[in-house]
Amino acid sequence: MSGEVILEAIDLFKYYPIKTGVIQHTTGHVRAVDGVSFQLHAGETLGVVGESGCGKSTLGRLLVSLENPTAGSVLFDGVDVYQQTGAAMRRLRRDIQIVFQDPYTSLNPRKTVGDIVGEPFDIHPEAVPKGSRRARVQELLELVGLSPEHINRYPHQFSGGQRQRIGVARGIALNPKVLVCDEPVSALDVSVQAQVVNLLEHLQKELGLAYIFIAHDLAVVRHISDRVAVMYLGKIVEMGDETQIYDHPTHPYTQALLSAVPVPDPTLRGTRQQIMLAGDVPSPANPPSGCRFHTRCWKAPALGATDVKDGVPAVCVDEEPELIDRPDGVSFHCSACHFAG
Amino acid sequence: MADYDHLLDVRDLHVEFRMRTGIAKAINGVSFYLDEKETLAILGESGSGKSVTAQAIMGILDSPPGFVTGGEVLFQGVDMLKMSRKQRAAMRGPKISMIFQDALSALNPVFPVGWQIAEMFRIHHKTNSSDAMKAAISLMEQVRIPAARQRFKAYPHQFSGGMRQRIMIAMAIALDPWILIADEPTTALDVTVQAQIMALLKELQDEHDMGLILITHDLGVVANVADRIAVMYAGRLVETAPVVDVYGQPRHPYTIGLLESVPRLDTKLGGVLPAIGGLPPNLLAMPSGCPFNPRCRFAVDQCRQGTPPPLESLDAKGTRFAACWRVADTAVVDWRVDEPVPDERVDDMGVDDEIGGWL
Amino acid sequence: MSEPIDPVSSVPDGAQDGLKPLAMPSITRRSLLLPKAPPPDGGVTSAGSAGEKPRSLGRDAWDEMRHRPMFWVAGALVLLFLLIAVFPQLFTAKDPTACSLDMSRLPPRPGAIFGNDFQGCDIYARTIYGARASILVGIFTALLAALLGGSLGTLAGYLGGWVDAVLARLADIFFSIPMLLGAIVFMAFMPLPPSAGMPQAVARIVIVLALFNWPNIFRLMRASVMQVKPQEYVLAARALGAGPGRLAMSHIVPNAMTPLIVVSTIDLGGYITTEAALSFLGIGLPSTVVSWGRDISNASGLGLIRNAPFMLLFPAAALCLAVLAFILLGDIVRDALDPKAR
Repeated sequence: MSGEVILEAIDLFKYYPIKTGVIQHTTGHVRAVDGVSFQLHAGETLGVVGESGCGKSTLGRLLVSLENPTAGSVLFDGVDVYQQTGAAMRRLRRDIQIVFQDPYTSLNPRKTVGDIVGEPFDIHPEAVPKGSRRARVQELLELVGLSPEHINRYPHQFSGGQRQRIGVARGIALNPKVLVCDEPVSALDVSVQAQVVNLLEHLQKELGLAYIFIAHDLAVVRHISDRVAVMYLGKIVEMGDETQIYDHPTHPYTQALLSAVPVPDPTLRGTRQQIMLAGDVPSPANPPSGCRFHTRCWKAPALGATDVKDGVPAVCVDEEPELIDRPDGVSFHCSACHFAG
Repeated sequence: MADYDHLLDVRDLHVEFRMRTGIAKAINGVSFYLDEKETLAILGESGSGKSVTAQAIMGILDSPPGFVTGGEVLFQGVDMLKMSRKQRAAMRGPKISMIFQDALSALNPVFPVGWQIAEMFRIHHKTNSSDAMKAAISLMEQVRIPAARQRFKAYPHQFSGGMRQRIMIAMAIALDPWILIADEPTTALDVTVQAQIMALLKELQDEHDMGLILITHDLGVVANVADRIAVMYAGRLVETAPVVDVYGQPRHPYTIGLLESVPRLDTKLGGVLPAIGGLPPNLLAMPSGCPFNPRCRFAVDQCRQGTPPPLESLDAKGTRFAACWRVADTAVVDWRVDEPVPDERVDDMGVDDEIGGWL
Repeated sequence: MSEPIDPVSSVPDGAQDGLKPLAMPSITRRSLLLPKAPPPDGGVTSAGSAGEKPRSLGRDAWDEMRHRPMFWVAGALVLLFLLIAVFPQLFTAKDPTACSLDMSRLPPRPGAIFGNDFQGCDIYARTIYGARASILVGIFTALLAALLGGSLGTLAGYLGGWVDAVLARLADIFFSIPMLLGAIVFMAFMPLPPSAGMPQAVARIVIVLALFNWPNIFRLMRASVMQVKPQEYVLAARALGAGPGRLAMSHIVPNAMTPLIVVSTIDLGGYITTEAALSFLGIGLPSTVVSWGRDISNASGLGLIRNAPFMLLFPAAALCLAVLAFILLGDIVRDALDPKAR
């Protein structure tokens, strides 16, 4: 499955200044993305999961250069994306595209489907000869499972699932190599969700796309992903292939997250042990020291460490755990927990 | 026992929305019941009429354009649809109350949350201010809001999504209702918070001996908390049964399709998800026959013509019902067996000319 | 509704043989299994079919408006007023400035259907001839204010940062100057040369009114643009590499325009009446120019309203009708430009 590395994020940081007062001086920073590195191989799907506010959507926007990072770089085919300007940047945009979450706000309500799916060709006229543009748009509509006859309709005349297909058609119009999918099925009904997931998988096979699949639905991510990264407060806390993450999670946050997902099987009621996390996610403007998860960690207090601070082992409070290969009982995969396992 | 069969008995409920573009029949003859201390899950997708059903029961349907055009909603044997506006309003709170998906917009942003909870006592029980405040604080503690006394004066925007949902729950149970209707209570929340809220609801239900109607589209949540399920599709009840029966052997093709199409967390099946093709019908232009027939793999001519199949009993006990002409054939389907779906079967990308999602 | 799709037979004919040459060879349709759409059947919205020409918002808007009777009513009224403004002599043979005091305040009667005013001028003729100055003031002030406020508002909302800060403060300054005071000062600085005709007089009023009213439109447009800018369809266009011009003209402005259209058409009537107030103070249009505003303020004396209500009634009715026509037209245009409202 995995070809050569096509996209690589190196130490990405994105801080948003918090401004207060009349003169708008900066009083702090929201650390939306706080040191994220990963590699994406050609043709594979990397799932990114985490709860709201963990920075996964910001990460997606950084990858398609909708935001500029505070620090760090993204390499596409070995080329630093943020160093490109003008024509080179435009060329790069053809290769990395994005599909958004909300099928209701991601399509311009005043444009026809033909205009929306054809806009990539207006912006990149060299992509398709002028005469064949309309045919190409209809072909794209067909490819995503919409009737080419609907080219003159407006977005509001479609249902959510159909709109999401239009968004996908626009995303693949320029034949990108990487498609960032930012919660592409979260807003859809269950029965329609499966259709769109199938469509994405189908297109991947047909077009050799690599996906960054950002979502909070862990089951959907498992279904579609080859590898999975779990984010918490702007950092990746665990990353590995799909079986490593779902069958042998080592980070206590991943374990809690997985246990919290209700499984659609009433016969398992009461047999599955749910790890209840206390409280809410801390503010990304002021993340906890050391391991960011130590304030909510269910495992650390029970370790019985001798050197204890705030009820957890001192090392969790003082020292930030690195995202490195740690044993998971079967083999090794990346986890950012001092006591992984 | 009192002289009624069920705590809540909805019989042949019809609701329609009269709009400029036509009449949308949102609910077409829905009947179900809820017993004391029972949890009934109403499962359905957007536009299936599950939220409208709840609003009709509560008597908070936006009217116009929504009108209840037929049926009965019996609470302890008394038809609430025949009550006066005032009597109806008096039911909301002490008898039936409701929580919503979006807690932020359900709470008044300009009043402190504690004050809003206390208001329930001041209005309904004519309690004086200091007693109401004490009661409100104890309720906030009951729904596990940390430092309730200090946060009595905080405003809704100062709380996280999960905490706001707790406050709304506190307001809903303030008057000790018999029935709590929860309309997608955790849809907007993260999974870890969702688990907290569902556990809290369960606990409060036991403490207060409430009947719970849980409206959701999440098959996982339903499997974890419900006693019985009612599956809705296009304004009709298509299947209702105890939860274990439905997940063990779903009988309506729509239920089968739903269960099949959800990816599982505990196993990776790989391949194509067996999705239901097509789209939910446009309520302004329903297909003839069974509303599910254009998407149904069991459909035969009988399904495409005439009146929709009635909800009929499937067993002697009278606990299982399904509205399908082909129940005999669905009884042998094993939805858990993931027949290797050939890659060829991409028909789930069904192109549909119908414009769905009218809501 | 479509038939349940049989995976085998539903492979589109074109996909099996006679594949069209693809513009982008890297997209293969080797196993393109997507079923072809069923032929559109009855009960489905008629919008669009593959044979038609590409549509545009403008064309669709026109198609939509054509089918609304209100559009024709409002459009006819606006046209009528424009015609009156351009060719008043077509509607009356009388001279609005030929007045005779012995006919002062004569009520409506055959031959002078609207009656005569204080000076003995024919009110019908004055109402007809007054249309020109009033409608010119209204339309051009609305246009200029929309242009100025709309473009600056778009700039401020789109660029943000210091541009926004500077423009917003500038708008605040103009906002804080009392309109009449500002107008008096302005008029004093730009006296009308005695030789000036109606066009110069109208232009002066238009400039003054627009200068003190653009901040309204500016604020509206700025807020509207700021609301549209973070929408995902704008982000999607940015991710595709769309430049600022394309983002603004193709995505942001069309979706931010609605409040501007509504408020501009409503304000249009207000400008006509403000002109009247300025004229009443002697700093608006010179008394040689006939306008509804002047006549309304002339007729608004306390005793006059009781003794000669027709003096007020007719120019005021003309004003109301004109304003109503423009508002209606604005409403219909706004709806037609919004596909969702159709």
